[in-house]
Amino acid sequence: MKTPEKQIGARMNRVDGRQKVTGAATYSAEYQLPGITYAVLVGSTITKGRITSIDTKAAERAPGVLAVITHFNSPKVPGFDTAGKDPSQPATVGGPIKVFKDDKIRFNDQPIAIVVADSLERARFAAGLVKGQYAQEKHQTSLEAAKSQAFLPTSAKKNPKHPMNDYQRGQVDAYKTGAIKLESEYVVPTEVHQPMELQAITAHWEAPDRLTIYDKTQGTMATRRDFAREWGLPEENVKVIATYVGGAFGNALHSWQHESAAIIAARVVNRPVKLMLTREQMFTMVGYRPYTWQKLGMSATPDGKITAITHEAIGQTSTFEEFTESTLAQTRMMYESPNLTTRYRIASLDVNSPIWMRGPGEATGAFALESAMDEMAHLLNIDPLEFRLRNYTEQDPEKNRPWSSKFLKECYQLGAERVGWNKRQLKPGSLRDGDWLIGYGMGVGTFGAHRGSSKANIRLLPNGTVLLQSAVTDIGPGTATAMTQIAADTLGLAPEKIKFELGNSNFAQAPTQGGSAIVNTVGPAVQEACLALKEKLRTLAASSNAAFASAKKEDVVFAEGYLTLNGNPAARVPFADLLQQVDGGFVTVESKPQGNASKNYSMYSFSVHFAEVRVHALTGEVRVSKLVSCADAGTIVNEKTAGNQMKGGAVGGIGMALMEHAIIDDRFGRYITKDFADYHVPVHADSPDVQVAFVNKPDPYVNALGTKGIGEIAIIGVAPAIANAIFNATGKRIRELPITPDKLLV
Amino acid sequence: MADDNPEINLSEAGGSHNEARRTFLKQSSLLTAMTFAPGPIVQAAAAQFDEKVAAAFEKVPLKLEVNGVKHKLSVEPRTTLLDLLREQLHLTGTKKGCDYGQCGACTVHVDGNRINSCLTLAVMQEGRKITTIEGLANGDNLHPMQEAFLKHDGFQCGYCTPGQIMSAVACIREGHANSEGEIREFMSGNICRCGAYSNIVAAIQEVKNGGQKV
Repeated sequence: MKTPEKQIGARMNRVDGRQKVTGAATYSAEYQLPGITYAVLVGSTITKGRITSIDTKAAERAPGVLAVITHFNSPKVPGFDTAGKDPSQPATVGGPIKVFKDDKIRFNDQPIAIVVADSLERARFAAGLVKGQYAQEKHQTSLEAAKSQAFLPTSAKKNPKHPMNDYQRGQVDAYKTGAIKLESEYVVPTEVHQPMELQAITAHWEAPDRLTIYDKTQGTMATRRDFAREWGLPEENVKVIATYVGGAFGNALHSWQHESAAIIAARVVNRPVKLMLTREQMFTMVGYRPYTWQKLGMSATPDGKITAITHEAIGQTSTFEEFTESTLAQTRMMYESPNLTTRYRIASLDVNSPIWMRGPGEATGAFALESAMDEMAHLLNIDPLEFRLRNYTEQDPEKNRPWSSKFLKECYQLGAERVGWNKRQLKPGSLRDGDWLIGYGMGVGTFGAHRGSSKANIRLLPNGTVLLQSAVTDIGPGTATAMTQIAADTLGLAPEKIKFELGNSNFAQAPTQGGSAIVNTVGPAVQEACLALKEKLRTLAASSNAAFASAKKEDVVFAEGYLTLNGNPAARVPFADLLQQVDGGFVTVESKPQGNASKNYSMYSFSVHFAEVRVHALTGEVRVSKLVSCADAGTIVNEKTAGNQMKGGAVGGIGMALMEHAIIDDRFGRYITKDFADYHVPVHADSPDVQVAFVNKPDPYVNALGTKGIGEIAIIGVAPAIANAIFNATGKRIRELPITPDKLLV
Repeated sequence: MADDNPEINLSEAGGSHNEARRTFLKQSSLLTAMTFAPGPIVQAAAAQFDEKVAAAFEKVPLKLEVNGVKHKLSVEPRTTLLDLLREQLHLTGTKKGCDYGQCGACTVHVDGNRINSCLTLAVMQEGRKITTIEGLANGDNLHPMQEAFLKHDGFQCGYCTPGQIMSAVACIREGHANSEGEIREFMSGNICRCGAYSNIVAAIQEVKNGGQKV
């Protein structure tokens, strides 16, 4: 029998591609439920204070309006009254605002009312008639102004081993006494995820104690838990469906007030309620990458060995949740430095809570670290790539243990060749093409190769195909495609005969999609489920064919219409016979990391990004003419989708470097960037043909597949690569993102 | 009733027309309405809730052909083509990404030309032929652009994809796909936040160079 082609590593087209190119893919606001109603949120016009009154009369009288809900008339939400810590959210400290619970305003455009009507137009019109009156208090929305009130996160205060604590190896702030030293401040402003699909939810109370929500979420199970707790329901009474998620980038890692509001509204009108935020509300009612100030000091020897680094960061959070991220993680482990200090603080502002945005803190931290690496290389008159090689870490200097795998040097080589690094001149401003100044820069990224525990359901169907189910979502990387490939190889079955269903909290337990961990985590569960199915079928086959009794599960092979054994094609049992014996249910398998590998090894994915930029000498316009991203992400399950993910991260990095900047007018606490006309993201014309290269060597310890994760390293290090290339082109060092033309003309 | 009024000409200046119509509703129609209309409308009128009264008459007739299917509709003038497609015709392949014509997710063809369906009121398209992503394939046979997007992985989350594909087809038809740079320029109204731009451009180039009729 012909051995099936290996699918892991194949450039397979997406299994859900046809749905996406024909418009058949159904996102959260696209479920046609009988009796559907439409909701529109009204936000506060002040930033801090109390609501004194809300005039809802005109809205209530407007045609088609079914309900106008505010804190004055909102029904009791049982979970809102639970004593002590907020039960509904996984926040480390504090908790999100309980929508329509009280009269407090904690940020601008905080939802104060939800209007439900029988059509979208009518709901929108009526929402415009709702008028709030407020008692205003003085607010603070500027991190620069609040820096002096920054504090160590409570999570760190409570637990001395928490990674948000100050870190020290060698001497404190030793860079200050170094012979060759630099000290610079960096700013990454607030950036907003702005996925193309607006945040949307369709909430449907199927019975007074049974809730179904079609929701834009990265974790169906986390969302189920949140709203089950909020409504005091058993988790099995809440169903969360997110079959397709139109991008998220971290934006849907948190349950937001609009979701609670839609569920309350559906309760009140006793009909399904559809709520889609507007693009403006995507700046205010959901999270964002927090404005972060950083200071980095570094000293080195004349021959290019780093002697000390101190990296400090202050990020913004809200007044009601302590948001933290690993802004300083990369600095602690990327380069050899005998003396190293990191200090992380947060400052509370009258804003909505931030939420991790792609690459999260590491991308912010890498802007400072990788810019400083370039600055030091320039100070030492050493090629920045050579400088990084001289400080390369062969083992983790933070935890003093070996890497599970690290092929970053291979990445450096691949990338340098492809971008044409040999054309780079040490002296900035050396390359010119007419009015265009040309420069080259690089930036390194790393992110933990995380693996959690996960389950998978598997079932043989009567037609000889296999159905797998997982509660995991797919925000775009191609989860179902990768899982189908993994299953195909494990089962020895053609991918067309495998269906991987996801995005439903009733399916097998899986983690939230985030932190580059899905293939690492769900992949092994799929593998093990496939083996469990094989074993189950082998046992069943053994009752009618003795050859199966002594066979190993790995040798069980699927063929057209029957089950057979590797190396023994004579042994065959028709599926029809097996199916008569199968109980028809799923085999559920749980997969967890085994052994001590994660304690004995430091597990990280690595990337390096090389940029060639052209900067117009007269206008300051920056064009990224080449972008090469190379990754050591372990085994690449699908180079087509993985490559696409890398390209997407690189494009996100262009946005971070050159244009993304969410601006609050601090006088009013309100965003003045409120749509794509004000908040610029990269378009086709901003993006070069991004080149991607993978080392594609399996990691021996993360899991049996050898994967390490891609999502974050795709963007971490891109912004500094571009900033460094701009310095190389112009001699101008811009330490405050985004690098807009005005900054290059002064 | 206004729904049956054949003389509504939407090319007239909006303000004066609306004003005239509102006055008409208030004066003459209201009297007729009060004779025939159900109680709530009469009560509403009596309470001078002219907004509510007007609402009972505010739908206008609209004839459209969408993906080859002729529709006789009755829509509110303020309904955008995008919301009509998504919420009333249940053609949710056309996506809402901003409502301001800034992102291109809602791109459809009107008489073969690409437009942002969020920037046009449905009633402005009287008599026109609309093609949405659902109408691009020929039955089970995908349009060459859809095939090329699949092959080149011209998407990730898929949300901007219908708009990208509709725009890409029009981009070739317009003669704006002669080079990578030209494609990037003329596709810049369609944002892909996942950043699949390189792959989208590759898909468009393949269709353009393949010479198939789009």
